[in-house]
Order: sequence, then structure tokens, then C-alpha cells
Amino acid sequence: MRKGWFKGLVAGLAVAVMACPAFAADTIKLGVAGAHSGDLASYGLPTVNAAKLVAKMINAKGGVLGKQVEVIPQDDQCKPELATNAATKLVSDGANVVLGHICSGATKAALPIYKEANIVLMSPSATNPALTQSGDYPNFFRTIASDDQQAKLGVDFTIDKLGKKKIAVLHDKGDYGKGYAEYAKQFIEQGGKGTVVLFEGVTPGAVDYSAVVQKIRNSGAEAVMFGGYHPEASKIVQQLRKKRMDLPFVSDDGVKDDTFIKVAGKDAEGVYASSSKDVSALPLYKEAIEAHVKEFGAEPGAFYKEAYAASLALLNAIEKAGSTDSAKIMNALRTEFVETSVGKIKFDKRGDAEGVGFSMYQVKNGKYAELK
Amino acid sequence: MDWQYFWELFFGGLTRGSIYALIALGYTMVYGIIELINFAHGEVYMMGAFTALIVAGALGIYGFPALAILIIAAVVAVIYCAAYGLTLEKIAYKPLRDAPRLSPLISAIGMSIFLQNYVILAQTSDFMPFPNLVPQPEFLEPIAHIMGASEVLIIVTSAVSMAALTLFIKYTRMGKAMRATAQNRKMAMLLGIDADKVISLTFVIGSSLAAVGGVLIASHVGQVNFAIGFIAGIKAFTAAVLGGIGSIPGAMLGGLVLGWCESFATGYISSDYEDALAFALLVLILIFRPSGILGKAKTQKV
Repeated sequence: MRKGWFKGLVAGLAVAVMACPAFAADTIKLGVAGAHSGDLASYGLPTVNAAKLVAKMINAKGGVLGKQVEVIPQDDQCKPELATNAATKLVSDGANVVLGHICSGATKAALPIYKEANIVLMSPSATNPALTQSGDYPNFFRTIASDDQQAKLGVDFTIDKLGKKKIAVLHDKGDYGKGYAEYAKQFIEQGGKGTVVLFEGVTPGAVDYSAVVQKIRNSGAEAVMFGGYHPEASKIVQQLRKKRMDLPFVSDDGVKDDTFIKVAGKDAEGVYASSSKDVSALPLYKEAIEAHVKEFGAEPGAFYKEAYAASLALLNAIEKAGSTDSAKIMNALRTEFVETSVGKIKFDKRGDAEGVGFSMYQVKNGKYAELK
Repeated sequence: MDWQYFWELFFGGLTRGSIYALIALGYTMVYGIIELINFAHGEVYMMGAFTALIVAGALGIYGFPALAILIIAAVVAVIYCAAYGLTLEKIAYKPLRDAPRLSPLISAIGMSIFLQNYVILAQTSDFMPFPNLVPQPEFLEPIAHIMGASEVLIIVTSAVSMAALTLFIKYTRMGKAMRATAQNRKMAMLLGIDADKVISLTFVIGSSLAAVGGVLIASHVGQVNFAIGFIAGIKAFTAAVLGGIGSIPGAMLGGLVLGWCESFATGYISSDYEDALAFALLVLILIFRPSGILGKAKTQKV
């Protein structure tokens, strides 16, 4: 008889599960796609937490358009081949909007499916510039700045603020550093106001960089831009100063690290490095962190604040649009400002968040200070 | 031709080459005597830099003058690394002396990994700032853009160490014993040379030179980390092979040739290809002189 009892339970469950979609028709479905397991789960899970917390908060206030918000997570492990499955699943589950995906590669693979289904997608973390700049995906938005924005900021800063025209661009041959350097080179050349007098990769971990430093001198550069991380940056800066060259050194957020100042010591003074805008003073940012600590008992992980902001932006857009019609949501995203954990934002026509991005920092008295 | 630029690169290469040569001597001496490639040698160099950092930190608190700190730190580093070299040989290589040649090689790689991890655990895996211990005298200021005081010190110290080593090998009893052991260990032992002592001494000398290199380069670039020994070790090993492994003047020449090659490749071509060109040179030289620039072609004993 035990077996019969069990069968009954299964049957009951099956009925309950089948009944779900009918019941859920009255909710706003927020799909959350990203790496929820596997090696990169630590990039994706904070986004799920953010979506759940935002949904809980909004539901407590009466929901969106009078309906409760339902979070539907879908795992893609940051793998493009799984991302398409996750996207298809979310579309068939009737997601109204989707928060995700996390990795640029997975996002790129999944985008055509959402475009086909006409669903708005917003990523908290996919930084590949082409995702928005190609113009292929009007339904794609993001709350994080794209990879090339740092280089753009660095170039504009060097040319316009510092007034330097001849720029030596160096990198550490790694993906991140070389990407930064290549964008910088492209922006300098496109801008037409400055010239790249030297474009070189240095070998990370080399015994010294005196030959590269001499090459910078010989090139007549007025400023150095460097893409890479702090160990190479501190070595190059120290050797520049040792060779009595005090030209400005502008770099990326791989260098905006306190270890850089510790290692380079007094030679670090005056070095510029860009990094994400400091949002720690924003009330919504504090609220988001507190909510996470209260609910999960720990500090949130990577891309949490961007994901929190994206959830707020998406749900706000549905509320403002007055419906779950994608065209209306997209219009609301582009026209209505919304207060989020990364600042007050709206989106430009390509889908990048305006008001999100990088600031330039300079080492002053042994500390990085944001330049306004 | 821009001679100013040429000399800047020349002296940059000379500095780098001197360091390679100092480390390469350790590889080549050990190889010359027991035909072992001591892969843990780069780590001894790193330990030298770390020891000096700790000593310099401690002395800095008491307000010693920079130059005094440098000398004391270097002496302590040399003693400490010599002890490491000796222990390394006793623990990892001596028990394997009669084993097939691959066994001590694996043992050497094992020691290299062990020492790196030891430093990570006992010290830190972070980059540490190394204080600049070489004061910049006034009279060097006009050439500061070519060579700073620390570079002059590197070149001078390397030259003196190498000259002293050459004299030691040529004119002392122990030096003679080393040469004899290198030529034929069994015969040397038959003639009453204590081969174990000679081998230990070889490790002590090689490690001391690596320690000197470690202190000098750490002071020059201003940072140390547990991994610095790896690249320096690989480059120095390349220098030793380039010059002819087993040959002491070969290691010096190999170090300088490699240093210059990298410096000029960076200066006149591109630093993207710094390593590629350096190793292309190695391949070229080995095609035409398989035993290195100054290496003697050995007849294979059958």
C-alpha cells in the first residue's frame, strides 16, 4: 500500500505543477539567466540574489502593475551552447523581461533568440562593446559600462585634460591589457587630435623594462597609456622616474589597486588610473547591500549592484510603460530616468546606461582620489 | 644612426645581461661538475631577494644608512642562500647521485616548486615593495637618463664577482680540485680529492652569486614576489646554454649576449617579440654551434 500512497503523491504533484502556468499568468515574470553552477557561478549567483531581493521588495509594495513579480532563474554556466537552451526555456516559460546573461559570449549566443521572441534583455555584466555598438540588438540593454569606455575615458583625459598629443600606448600582451590598449589606439587615431607614437607589448615578469623605457624616451612621447595590471605598471613607472622621465602615466582599473601604490611607493604619486565610479555613498546602493546582508548573511558578490540596478530598471520600465509590451518597455527604458544602486540612469539608443561608467583617479599622498 | 639611443640600449642590455650572467654561473658550474640542471636555482635567486627584503626591513627600523643596509642585507642574503644551496644539494641531489640522470632532474623541479610554495606560505603571495638602497650620487646625475647608480652597481658587482670567481678557479687548490672533478670525477676521487666537498662548494658558490643577483635586481626594480625566480631562472639557463653549458666564461658571455639581444630587439624592433627574438638567436647559435658559443664539443663516452 505504501507504493500506492507514493503514486498518489506524485500524481498530486503533477497536477499541481501543471496547474502552475495558469496560476502564474497573473504575475510579471522576470527571467534571470546566467552562470548559476560551474566554474563561473560566483559571477552569476549574486544576480539571482539581486533579482529575488528586488522582487521581494517590490512585491511587498504591491508589485508591478498590480501584479506580483516572479523570478525564474535559468542556468547557462556561461557557456554559449547552454545559453541558447536557457534562452529558449525562458521564452517558452513566458518570461516578460530577462535579466542576464552574465558572460559576453553567452549573451551574444542567446541574443538572437530573445530578439526573435521580442523580449527585452538586460545584462549586469556583459561588457563586450559590440553587443550594443553593432546595433543588431535593439532589445539589449546593460547596466555596466562596456570595455572600450575605459580606454575612451583615458584617451579623452590624456588629450583634452592633460593636453598631451603624442602618446605612447603600452600593454602587457594579455587579453585585458591588450584590449584596452587597442581601443585606446583606435580612439586616438579616430579622434585626430593626438598621435600614437609608440604601440608596444611588454613581457610580464621580465627582469627589467629599461629598454622599453628608453624606447618611450626615443619616441618623443608626452604621455604613456598602459593597459594591464599593477605589477608591470609599477615596474614601468619606477623605471621611468629612475630615468628622469616625469611624463604622465595613465592606466586602467587593473592598476587602480592599492598594491600598486604600496609597491611603487613615492613613484606612484601623480599616476592616473580609471575605475568604476564610486557609488558607495548612494542611498540605494547602501540599501541594496544591507538587504543582501540581512537576507543572506554575507556581503554580495560580483556584479550585484549592477544586477540590482538592472532589476529595478526593468521593473520600473514595465510600470512606466503600463504594459508588458516590449516596444513600450524599451521606450520607457530610453526615456524615463530611474534611481538605482549605480546612480540615476536611463539608456541611450544603443542600450548602454547613461550615467554609468568610469571615473579617473589620481594617486595623491599615497591614496587614489577620484577626479571630478 | 642615433648613437645616443644605441648606448642607452647598450647599457640597458649590459645591466640585464650581468644579472643573467650571475645566475647563469650557478647553472653552468653545477652542470659542469655533476651534469645536473639545477632547476631550483632561480628560486635561490628569489630567496636571496626575499632575505634581503626582510633584513632591510628590520634594519630600516633602526635607521641605518641605505648603503650600510644594502651591504648587510646582501651579506646576510649570501650566507642564507649559500646555506640553502648546501641543504638543497644534501637533501635533493646527493641521495640521487648514482640514480639515472632523470631522477635528480625531477627532484630539482620538485625543489623549485617546494621553495616557491614555501615562500608563499611563510611570507606572502603578494608583490612586496623593495626599498631603494642605492643612493644616487651627484656625479652620476648627468647620465641618470642612461644609467642610474643601481645599474652601475649591478655592472660593477657582477664584473668583480665574475673576476673573483675566475681567479678562484684558476689559482686556488680548491679551484683546481673543482676543475679536476669537472673533468673526471672518478679519477679526481682516486687522486684524493674529496668530491663531495667540491660538489657542496659548487652549490655554495652558485647560490651565493644568485643571491647577489637577487639583491641587486630587487633593489633596481623595487619589487619582489615569489615568482620572480622562474623567468630569471629560465633566462639564465638559456644564457648558460647559449654560452656553452659547463663553461664559466661561456655563461658570462651568454648572459651578456642574451641581455643585449633582448635590449636591442626591444629598442629597434618591438618588445612584443623580445622573447621570441632572444630564443630565435638561441636556436640559431645552437644550429651552428651545438655546444654553445664557448662550449667544447664532448665526445660521447660509449
